[in-house]
Amino acid sequence: MPDRSSTLALAARLRMTFEAAGAQVVDPPLLQPAGTLLDLYGEDIRARAYVTSDAVRGEQMLRPDFTLPVVQMHMREGAEPARYTYSGEVFRRQEQDPDRASEYLQVGYEVFERDDPAGADAEVFALIALQLRGLPLRAATGDIGILMAAVQGLDTTEVRKAALMRHIWRPRRFRALLDRYAGRSPVPEARLKLLSSEGVLTGSAPVLGKRSEAEVDARIDLLRADAAAPPLAENELLALEALMAVRETVPFALEQMRDIAVDLPAITPALDRLDTRVAALKARGIDIDSLDFEASYGRTSMEYYDGFVFGFYAAARPDLPPIASGGRYDALTRQLGQDGDIPAVGGVLRPDLMLMLEEGQS
Amino acid sequence: MSLKLGVPSKGRLMEKTFDWFAKRGLTLSRTGSEREYAGAIEGVPGMELVLLSAGEIPRELAAGRIHLGVTGTDLVQEKLPLWEQQLQELQPLGFGHADLILAVPQFWIDVDTLGDLDAVAASFRRLHGHRLRIATKYHRLVREFLTEAGVADYQLVDSQGATEGTVKNETAEMVADITSTGETLRANHLKLLSDGLVLQSQATLWRSRTADYTPEERQTLKAMNTLILG
Repeated sequence: MPDRSSTLALAARLRMTFEAAGAQVVDPPLLQPAGTLLDLYGEDIRARAYVTSDAVRGEQMLRPDFTLPVVQMHMREGAEPARYTYSGEVFRRQEQDPDRASEYLQVGYEVFERDDPAGADAEVFALIALQLRGLPLRAATGDIGILMAAVQGLDTTEVRKAALMRHIWRPRRFRALLDRYAGRSPVPEARLKLLSSEGVLTGSAPVLGKRSEAEVDARIDLLRADAAAPPLAENELLALEALMAVRETVPFALEQMRDIAVDLPAITPALDRLDTRVAALKARGIDIDSLDFEASYGRTSMEYYDGFVFGFYAAARPDLPPIASGGRYDALTRQLGQDGDIPAVGGVLRPDLMLMLEEGQS
Repeated sequence: MSLKLGVPSKGRLMEKTFDWFAKRGLTLSRTGSEREYAGAIEGVPGMELVLLSAGEIPRELAAGRIHLGVTGTDLVQEKLPLWEQQLQELQPLGFGHADLILAVPQFWIDVDTLGDLDAVAASFRRLHGHRLRIATKYHRLVREFLTEAGVADYQLVDSQGATEGTVKNETAEMVADITSTGETLRANHLKLLSDGLVLQSQATLWRSRTADYTPEERQTLKAMNTLILG
């Protein structure tokens, strides 16, 4: 393992390169209020972050990443457009994988900019690629926005679309919902019994707890309406499945997805945006013809990415986490911004892993 | 040095453990006064009885401070991540059966599966402004189970006792708890989810993989194994 002082020195160099690109240095606190993180990620974050507490401030988490505090700081006091860079420790519990570091340095770059999302995407990706040059890495890219557009464009009820949207980042539950809406999986016994009934059903068992009888009745109405809705059309379903399976170099992936758009025309605007991004990447000297694109990439990571996503992986070390990763998180600023949102994209580097790969090369 | 066996220090679990070993020719007993946690083992020379709270036995095994221990699968899996690397399961003892289950109010007739629960959690959060609360003391097991099932928008609230009462008291919307017959659940107007069985647990004899074993202790372990496992 590289020693700490050389890791810190590399981190400082990486941050200076981001500064030279126009970023302002920020240094958010190590302790973050747990509430916001829990609201955003749910209980799952407890498996990944260290929680501590005191009697006055309540639950706090040791910074699991920089994105959230940087977004909060920007929304509080930032001017537009803005570019930020940071370098510091993040902490992750590794109970399932004790060989991975639970404390490591991250150096990042975040861009808050309204006017040219494709340009900002390309800027972040190209800057990070530049910092990684010479290392034996493979880049993977994707675009969650295309998948979201596909779901929004399905010819089905708003309730079903909302349920699918909510689980874009949980592929198994997404799959189960899709199978149910397509009529592929059998309706559970209890649901059939419920649906065969009529009128108001509550009233026999005592009501207790905060969820009210009206809420139960309302959901039964929803389920009855859902049972009456037609299954997803076969061509849409096949197109969605084909879309999720796209895994090609960028030019071929685009070609495949244009074909898929015949059955899912709603993804066309998202594909046009990908076209614009590809042109912007090209203009920054990225070799598009050898760049990988996976339509499902980023679905299992932390769930705030909702557009362009990318990661750089050590080709010869599949056991390592990504050496760099990032993406667009417009929805996060919408969720956190009390008044208004701002499109944002960013990425982080792991200087410790970069040094390790460098040592392995020489 | 002697081979240390950790056994729950009181209650039915202790008595049944004593019975189980007695049937196999190993006499475990408490010594000294009623309040003193000291014990003795007869049948295999070189063994020492350590009386502990059942909840502490997983930790003591993982730390290698005892070689063998009797405690529930639920406690081992809740308290020890990657428990297989630290402990070896020697023998389920056939008592202390308990299921860790998810239960909701009976009047939630629209909720029968984890899929239902997930949908209800989403609308509950929208309506009430906070995530649907599940009272439990098995945080890790429940969280891992729900993550695996893709359930979101829930929140675990800690409950170390009288968990079934939390719904009525409105400190939680549902519970994840140990049940053997389901009677307490029914008495509190709760019902099981049909696919909400998190874990089936029973009292089990474990061996620590992390403890040091001297040649004599290895011999003792062998002798004990021959006696109780045949």
